[in-house]
Amino acid sequence: MAGTLVNRQHVRRRRLSPITAMRGAAVIVILALWQAISASGLLYNGVIPSLLAILRALVQVVFGSELYRNMAVTGFEVLGALLIGGIAGIAAGLALGASRFLSRAYEPYVHYLAPTPKIVFLPVLMAALGVGPASKLALGAISAFFPMALSIAAGVRQVDPVLLRVARSFRLSRFQIVRMIYLPALVRPISVGLRLAFGLAMVGCLLSEIALSNRGLGYLAAQDYAHFQIAHMYAVLIVVFVLAAAGNAAIVWALRRPGEA
Amino acid sequence: MATRREQFLARLIPMATGFATLILLLALWQGAAMAGYVNTFIAPAPWDIAQSFPDLFADEDVLGALAQSFAETFGAAAIAGAIGIPIGWWLHSRRLAGLAFENWVANLAAAPLVLLYPLFLVVFGRNAATIVAMAVVTALPPIVLKTKEGLDGVRRTLINVGRSLRLSHRQIFLRIMLPAAAPVIGNGLRLGLILSLISVVGIEFLIHFGGMGDLIATLGDRFEVAKMFAAICFVLLTSVAFFFIGEQVDKWLARS
Repeated sequence: MAGTLVNRQHVRRRRLSPITAMRGAAVIVILALWQAISASGLLYNGVIPSLLAILRALVQVVFGSELYRNMAVTGFEVLGALLIGGIAGIAAGLALGASRFLSRAYEPYVHYLAPTPKIVFLPVLMAALGVGPASKLALGAISAFFPMALSIAAGVRQVDPVLLRVARSFRLSRFQIVRMIYLPALVRPISVGLRLAFGLAMVGCLLSEIALSNRGLGYLAAQDYAHFQIAHMYAVLIVVFVLAAAGNAAIVWALRRPGEA
Repeated sequence: MATRREQFLARLIPMATGFATLILLLALWQGAAMAGYVNTFIAPAPWDIAQSFPDLFADEDVLGALAQSFAETFGAAAIAGAIGIPIGWWLHSRRLAGLAFENWVANLAAAPLVLLYPLFLVVFGRNAATIVAMAVVTALPPIVLKTKEGLDGVRRTLINVGRSLRLSHRQIFLRIMLPAAAPVIGNGLRLGLILSLISVVGIEFLIHFGGMGDLIATLGDRFEVAKMFAAICFVLLTSVAFFFIGEQVDKWLARS
């Protein structure tokens, strides 16, 4: 038994290594290509800075205070957007998923409005809420609402009706049915919806910061672009992508099922 | 068992309720605007918005803007398809490459790629190339993933029949695998097209370079609020139509 396990692990390790090598090779090729284009002079000076220049800028950005001030603003906007859009999305999704009538009446609107470009609402939100964080948060919340609502509605519909019948035959209260059947069944839809909502809220908030703002990570990147501090801009973008990946991973971790790695 | 009439009513009544709710909300908005409860400089009355639709066509060349946005969207989706389908095929045919990079592409699909637009702006400048390049990057991951998924899902039996008929690799790919995977690849292209449209409108809005996004931003800057709302409605309606048509094509591909 133990021998088989060791063998399996050995095979898995042997299988993994070419994949890791291939991935490593891809990273090296991409970085080498970047460096070659940077050194070639094909593009305007500074448009593609050297890897060393970007690394230097990244260190400067990470150890400076400017990043964290702006990160706090963007973090507040994204979390606020997730909270408002997420809660509204969960409520709407539960209603749409639980009632066939409501689903037929209103879900087509949610379904067809979901893939529209939300940035078009920005001028209206800025006129209504000003150019501060509130308008960014509102755009993020609108973006976060749709994936959450659609994911939850689909999740509710997938709850096994047998479980619901069993719950009713045991005379469980509505609250107990929600707690014991719906919520455990909705962990995955909430996780999927939250990850999509997080990405879209982040895009919504950052794009609106780029469009018109005086703080936030989007503003920081836009300022760097305006002052042609390209290496610094790439460093900010790297930070943004790392934050997005970390946020995504945190959601997966927080909503993992018991026993999942 | 429900009769056909009952089934029809079971669909019609909710649909009518949804539509009636929409009309009711618009009527409430109209009433609130007329009573002065809503600041019409921020949210003009629906009737004023409806009235500014003809001006949008007469003064703002909305059709020209739409044509530009659509040309960029379709152009970007075509480029993304031309790049993404071969990459998807490569990930399918080289198992190791699939294992190594499929997750990367999936992570890219979930990443806020549109934020890379300053990168393209410094490389291509403030022109249509930036908009198209950005849309290509946004549209690429779903096309790659769906192509791989479609090719992975082709039944072995079909390929074995092709082999027993001594078809070449090329013939097996073109005559068996590609048609069998077409519905899923079509789905990927539809997703790519939608993401491309969202990206195009977003970047047009940000860099003020023609198209529907720029039109909305310009009308907002000019404080022509009713016209701006009309333009927003126009973008939403065209996006919905775009999505709806794509969905119907998808269903047709899945049936055929």
